[in-house]
Amino acid sequence: MSIVELDRVSPAANRLRVIDCDIHPAMTAWTEVHPFLARRWIDHLTIYGSHLRHAFSEALTHPRMSPDAARVDAYPDEGGPPGSSLALMQQQHLDPNGVDHGILIPLRWNPGSQRNLDFGVALTKAMNTWQVERWVRNEPRLKASVLIAQEDAAGSVAEIEARAGDPNFVQILVLPRTDEPLGRRRYWPIFAAAEQAGLPIAVHVGGTNGHPSTGGGWPSYYMEEHHAVAESMQAIVSSLVFEGVFERFPKLRIVIMEGGLGWIPSLCARMDKHWAKLRSEVPHLKRCPSDYVREHIWFTTQPMEEPERASHLTELFERIGWDRLLFSTDYPHWDFDDPRYAFKAPLSEAQRHQILFGNAQQFYGLA
Amino acid sequence: MTRHVVATVDEIPSGARKIVEVQGREIGIFNLEGEFFAIANRCPHEGASLCKGRIVGLVEADEPGAYRYSRRNELVRCPWHGWEFDIRTGKSWCDPRRTKVRSYDLKLEQGSALGEEELRAETFPVSVEKQYVVIEL
Amino acid sequence: MTTDPSCSAQRFAGAVDCDLHPAVPGMDVLMPYLDDYWREMVAVRALDRLNLSLTSYPQNAPLSCRPDWKPAGAGKPGSSLAAMQQHVLDRFQASFGILNCLYGGQAMHSEDMAAALCRATNDWIRDAWLDRDPRLRASIIVPAHNTELAVAEIERVAGDGRFIQVLLLVSGELTLGRRQLWPIYAAAERLGLAIGVHAGSAYRYAPTSVGWPSYFIEDYIAQSGAFENQLQSLISEGVFAKFPRLRVVMIESGLTWLSGFIWRADKTWKGVRAEVPWVTRAPSDILRDHVRFTVQPIDDPDEAEGLLRLVDHLKSDELFLFSTDYPHWQFDGDAALPPGLPEPLLQKILRDNPLAAYPRLAASVRSTEAEVSA
Repeated sequence: MSIVELDRVSPAANRLRVIDCDIHPAMTAWTEVHPFLARRWIDHLTIYGSHLRHAFSEALTHPRMSPDAARVDAYPDEGGPPGSSLALMQQQHLDPNGVDHGILIPLRWNPGSQRNLDFGVALTKAMNTWQVERWVRNEPRLKASVLIAQEDAAGSVAEIEARAGDPNFVQILVLPRTDEPLGRRRYWPIFAAAEQAGLPIAVHVGGTNGHPSTGGGWPSYYMEEHHAVAESMQAIVSSLVFEGVFERFPKLRIVIMEGGLGWIPSLCARMDKHWAKLRSEVPHLKRCPSDYVREHIWFTTQPMEEPERASHLTELFERIGWDRLLFSTDYPHWDFDDPRYAFKAPLSEAQRHQILFGNAQQFYGLA
Repeated sequence: MTRHVVATVDEIPSGARKIVEVQGREIGIFNLEGEFFAIANRCPHEGASLCKGRIVGLVEADEPGAYRYSRRNELVRCPWHGWEFDIRTGKSWCDPRRTKVRSYDLKLEQGSALGEEELRAETFPVSVEKQYVVIEL
Repeated sequence: MTTDPSCSAQRFAGAVDCDLHPAVPGMDVLMPYLDDYWREMVAVRALDRLNLSLTSYPQNAPLSCRPDWKPAGAGKPGSSLAAMQQHVLDRFQASFGILNCLYGGQAMHSEDMAAALCRATNDWIRDAWLDRDPRLRASIIVPAHNTELAVAEIERVAGDGRFIQVLLLVSGELTLGRRQLWPIYAAAERLGLAIGVHAGSAYRYAPTSVGWPSYFIEDYIAQSGAFENQLQSLISEGVFAKFPRLRVVMIESGLTWLSGFIWRADKTWKGVRAEVPWVTRAPSDILRDHVRFTVQPIDDPDEAEGLLRLVDHLKSDELFLFSTDYPHWQFDGDAALPPGLPEPLLQKILRDNPLAAYPRLAASVRSTEAEVSA
């Protein structure tokens, strides 16, 4: 296949209906969140700032290959970082890409990774209110995620309960670099609260926990660090399954965000194969591991896999399950997927609609 | 084939670019130290406005850690996924055989050499003293 | 057991079994190979009472030994050459078997103690195994956390052509591409040794980037992710650009993660290659030239289909090497490979691919053939 030039945008393509499950809103200035923080925490933020298990609390030790990990064309004319301008987001993304609903995933400050748990909890509350006041109220297509400081289970549960029933929020957000694998019991109160509130849990790439990004140590290059995201997600899925989380919380739904898709069938096969021999260690599992994945876990599509042959992509979707794929763009980040061109395979209209819209509509209960 | 006058030479200094529209297509005009090239403003990967990407040089290495930098300003990096394209050829650096952006023939013409009908539809005044970028499409 | 000929042991005749695990029965067998200082330390510190089996392979865990391969007495699985011969080498009529010893030397924090244990283990492997069965070849185990000592051990042992590989754990102290480790790769390339990367962790870090899982099964599942990370490390950090003749064999990796690996790695490379300009080709191309994989286990509910799918995705039938992973429990009966593989692919996996991966093995086949024809 030679790709010299993409087709022009066709009128049919303009009629896309899209639910974008991964949009990153940003703050023009840090002070934007001040109105939602107690004085004590504004002072704390000013004096001590973010405090993480990371060499730089305000920067990455694997700097990305684009500033702000963003599309170069996503900087607002009026200044501020990509993702900070609603007008640009509408003009550049929501309107032309037919986004009926967009789910906000704010990443600023890593509240869940803050070593000061009280500060983390305060930040999550402030940023949750900020999402509603700054974004959802001004653009009803957008929906918010309940940020939680997951290392403080009690604080997290309180925040989930405070937002439960608020239609502005459609899910709970956890970043996968947790202190312990997400299935461990310290996080179970969060799952109980999520089940109670009827909210799914999104696990979106990010967070920092002090563990090297591989089991064999730290990589040197961003090329490796970027790859390792997929292994973090595998460890999260494996933990949720083998800890018996889905036995204990049968209504819990998880969506893995931005973790890639290529590993899902092989992880499921690996879990099943070795569980067949090692099941005596995990007698609390009543079914084979892949059953829990198939029933309880969804996946967002960006960054889309791009096998050389189109048939390998449709085969992958087939093996994961067409109904488990939720479209996402990652706007305004550099590895953005365009709903028209992300899938390098001939999908039927029905398949395309299901991934771009139908699955997420059902998953989040959206109109 | 129609010739289109799309820019004056002096409005695109060396290392700079201008994005123009010709027959509904956006085209990026680049000046590489006095040589002009035109490529489509559309990344063949996912359709980003390629010509709005950062203009960069070519980095190579004979062995790990030995960075060799050359061809300053001769590649454009897609503003989304960072794929590098050679402005001279339109070929992508990673997959030159199969992934390329369309490039266009372009000529620099003195204003005095341009015919009446070639000047129609252009939005800027043309004067005989100036040099112009002309694309055939 | 089935009588279907496609499942019989005979179809593996002539195979090179690339993953056999001899067990060190105890410190006593190593004592003759330790010097005075370390012999005294064994007594003073009671090192002989330590069980130096790796946490990655608990001695009695079902995966660590196939039930019908369990020794009758108190011996460790894999500690008897006679049993190994009976269970796999003779039964499958292997032409060669490669010993990958997983023992304490690789994981001790003391670099000196680690080196002493590795030295003794390599010497014991030579005397107790290689000398007693001409089909056997072995990996050199090294204290990878001290590059100088590791290289010294490689050079000490490599004069014996039956050592054909240097063995590293997939999770040690450094991601495998890091330049500190390069002297090991330089020595391997110079001496015609492959680098074997075997499942297992020295547990210098949590086995996953999200911390310590509760269960052994999670640790084992996470091994394939560790392979994926290390393959990306070897490629990104430029090991194959620096050592173009180096061959890496990934052992007991699970295999089917490779499809997702190449898609993700190739795509990422297109966007970030300016960070690592020595990576001049797609990772999948580099992998095809330099990296091989042993076939047990095959993580797929239908192993034949899984393997054929990989051949299709990776566009190569040269990447996979026969292994039984003896005495680990990866298959039952004689199903060391699933039925239903095309005969040419089977022959490649059994013999051609291993010989291409291990230059020293190919050399000894050539010299045997030369002797025969003379």
